[in-house]
Amino acid sequence: MGGPAATALRAPSVWRRDKGMTLGVALLGTMVICALFAPLLGTVDPTAINPVNRLKPPSAEHWFGTDMVGRDLYSRVIYGARVSLIVGLSVAALCALAGLAIGLVSGSIRQLDGVIMRLIDAMMSIPPVLLAIALTALWRGSLVSVIVAVTLAETPSIARVVRGTVLSLRELPYVEASTAVGASMMRIILVHILPNTLPALLVQASYVCASAMIVESILSFLGAGIPPSIPSWGNIMADGRSLWLVLPQIIFFPAAFLSITVLAVNLVGDGLRDMLDPRQMK
Amino acid sequence: MAFDLDTGQPLLSVRDLSTSFKSLTGWTEVIRDISFDLHAGETLALVGESGSGKSVTSLSIMRLNPAGRTRTSGQVLFEGQDLLHLSEEQMLRVRGNDIAMIFQEPMTSLNPVLSIGFQLGEALRLHRGITQAEAMKEAERLLERVRIPAARARLSDFPHNFSGGMRQRVMIAMALACGPRVLVADEPTTALDVTVQAQIIDLLKELQREEGMGILFITHDMGVVAEVADRTLVMYKGNMVECAPTREIFANPRQNYTRALISSVPRLGSMAESPAPRPFDVTDRETAVQSTPDFTVAPVRPDEAPVLEVEGLRTRFPIRRGLFGRLVGNVHAVENVSFDIRPGETLSLVGESGCGKSTTGRSVMRLVTPQAGSVRLGGQEMVGLGRSALRRIRQDIQMVFQDPFASLDPRSRVGSSIAEPMIVAGLDRELIRQRVGDLLEEVGLSRDMARRFPHEFSGGQRQRICIARALAVRPKVIVADEAVSALDVTIKVQIVNLLMELQARHRLSMLFISHDMAVVERVSHRVAVMYLGEIVEIGSRAAIFSSPQHAYTRQLLAAVPVADPGVARDRAPAAFGDLRNPVKPPGYEPPRRSYRKAGPDHLVRIDEF
Repeated sequence: MGGPAATALRAPSVWRRDKGMTLGVALLGTMVICALFAPLLGTVDPTAINPVNRLKPPSAEHWFGTDMVGRDLYSRVIYGARVSLIVGLSVAALCALAGLAIGLVSGSIRQLDGVIMRLIDAMMSIPPVLLAIALTALWRGSLVSVIVAVTLAETPSIARVVRGTVLSLRELPYVEASTAVGASMMRIILVHILPNTLPALLVQASYVCASAMIVESILSFLGAGIPPSIPSWGNIMADGRSLWLVLPQIIFFPAAFLSITVLAVNLVGDGLRDMLDPRQMK
Repeated sequence: MAFDLDTGQPLLSVRDLSTSFKSLTGWTEVIRDISFDLHAGETLALVGESGSGKSVTSLSIMRLNPAGRTRTSGQVLFEGQDLLHLSEEQMLRVRGNDIAMIFQEPMTSLNPVLSIGFQLGEALRLHRGITQAEAMKEAERLLERVRIPAARARLSDFPHNFSGGMRQRVMIAMALACGPRVLVADEPTTALDVTVQAQIIDLLKELQREEGMGILFITHDMGVVAEVADRTLVMYKGNMVECAPTREIFANPRQNYTRALISSVPRLGSMAESPAPRPFDVTDRETAVQSTPDFTVAPVRPDEAPVLEVEGLRTRFPIRRGLFGRLVGNVHAVENVSFDIRPGETLSLVGESGCGKSTTGRSVMRLVTPQAGSVRLGGQEMVGLGRSALRRIRQDIQMVFQDPFASLDPRSRVGSSIAEPMIVAGLDRELIRQRVGDLLEEVGLSRDMARRFPHEFSGGQRQRICIARALAVRPKVIVADEAVSALDVTIKVQIVNLLMELQARHRLSMLFISHDMAVVERVSHRVAVMYLGEIVEIGSRAAIFSSPQHAYTRQLLAAVPVADPGVARDRAPAAFGDLRNPVKPPGYEPPRRSYRKAGPDHLVRIDEF
């Protein structure tokens, strides 16, 4: 087959293959721009209180309306992107590194596997939110303590996925072929096993990134996370929870931003996985 | 009952069958204008290499291709009605009742958590609407028909209690449940060992005689074709090349491709007068022009010292169970195996799946650690070597694996895969780059292919890459573990020739592990036959193939299908059935074996019965 029919069929299929990634990058890029250039995007001081203007619906002056102490909701949501993205991305990066290291060691060195995995099991038996609350309570709420807490809570799941992948990769003929040519264990791990764990790692890391943002929101919502002075999507929703029947936008806008960011991160994660597959390269 | 082959009206009549699959770029036609007739009591073989469209043809007839992504045109007339125009419900009644199917993988075609009786009974109840009790009785009768001993007792057994051959019998019983007129058998014996394959083929023939079924037999093995088929349809790249009575196809092939296919088939017994291994003649697929490779493999000088000496090798795998890993048994994979290989010599290790031939190869490579015995490479003991000493000595012994795709890292460019042994050996970067190019050319590829990824190559090319990697550090010995088993015949011939050519050029020694007796006869100087982890017979190729002494060797040779429809078979009843269990309780010591000399270079195990 050829001619116009084939071209017409090809065009949408290429778009179909890449549109998820494209959409994800566009959405995530928008969020990053919001976070970086928050002061330039028509915002006012997100912490400035103006009791006269409290609980206003969206208007030309206050695009998303104002909250119960008269702070501009639009400014707070835009500034809130900073906390969410910093938490999400740094937790994902830290978890990926720690999980990769733990998973590779555990999967490659049989003597350590049992001990490491029992520790991981123990950590996984504690609900992540509970662990994070306990840790932030210990260290007082700050951005760093939230990041450390969520990283500790999310690392075990990545370590487990990596270990499982390593165990199955180790049995593959190409790893055996590498052993047979005399490659050292270090070389096999770095050259053959590590790159092949990336697809699973990326997918899991994008999931952790999204989940970290949600856990941060939950912590802030419960008042155990970021100090209330710094706007984050979580504490904006926490502030608005008693009023959501009257003024649903206080919940709606930060929630919508959070959902879109989580979606974007997942789309980018899947896209990256496909891009790194040599079979998909053109 | 006798069935007349020429009753006029065919059972199944296929006309101009074409099928297209939807792909990213549009519709791709995968089979084109296939036409044939299948009569009652007749077997039609659909033969071709992988990707030739033979399975798609059978799936198109059964209308089992994925709906929505497939377009089928043409006509499939079964008893006067066109199957392609039936509704899905009508088609459901045709499948199983009128046309039944058996597949290649008897291991995965049965549900592991349901008993055989239940699965057979279910098929019967669904199609015939009989009661549970009647279904069980009928299931028992079916198992008896496919010659499963103690049928009643086995009804309550689960699939894992059955060997591969027995499971394929169960699949056949299931297919026969409703007395189909046509049986479509898609590579039904490919996953089985030769001796079991012979039994299944005999069974199918017997059942066909009793029932008068038409059998559509799909296979890539010309030996099987010669044995089962009345007529043969040859396919190539989705096209029908030729369709004629099997005798005629073999005696007088009209098309170039058929001629190439038939002359590529390794034939047992073609080497009787040749003192050393001889390369296969290569036939071009398009032109059928035959050419003989211009190299010869030298016979081995018997006075030379062996390069690889294996003595008393023993590898067992412990089976542990429970919280504290209690030892409940050992798999005796390799027991007391001894052999040696001289420079430039090929020793073939043959036997059926599970006999321990691969484990022997892997023990020699030290990919698994043997429990006892010695492996000396160039005089140096390998068993018990520490990690770094082992890494150094591994440069002298390299391996080529069965699955050329799985043995290349999908994320490494093939250049880096070939370079790996040299990087490990610490060679100079520029030198490595140069040598990767040279190696690619030596195995018949081009230098610039180093930058590509494995998925951009065909199976045969990938195996060439694996061979290049094995040659990279100029080893003395190559262990080829079923290195050509996964390849199509025409490709197989080329790769075997390549191995022989490299052997001749570099005076390589080879441990050639294979279950394919015809290929083994061609490549070996010497042959060792393994059964249940032990060598039962070892000797020069001529000794093993022309005067086999051990009963198992004879049975193995007799089971190999002969790619010549004129040859009448007389198969002795199998004395060694499906492989027995190599799992033994802890503490079990195998009997001490002794060997007798049957010739100048020929040892046979003495068995007490």
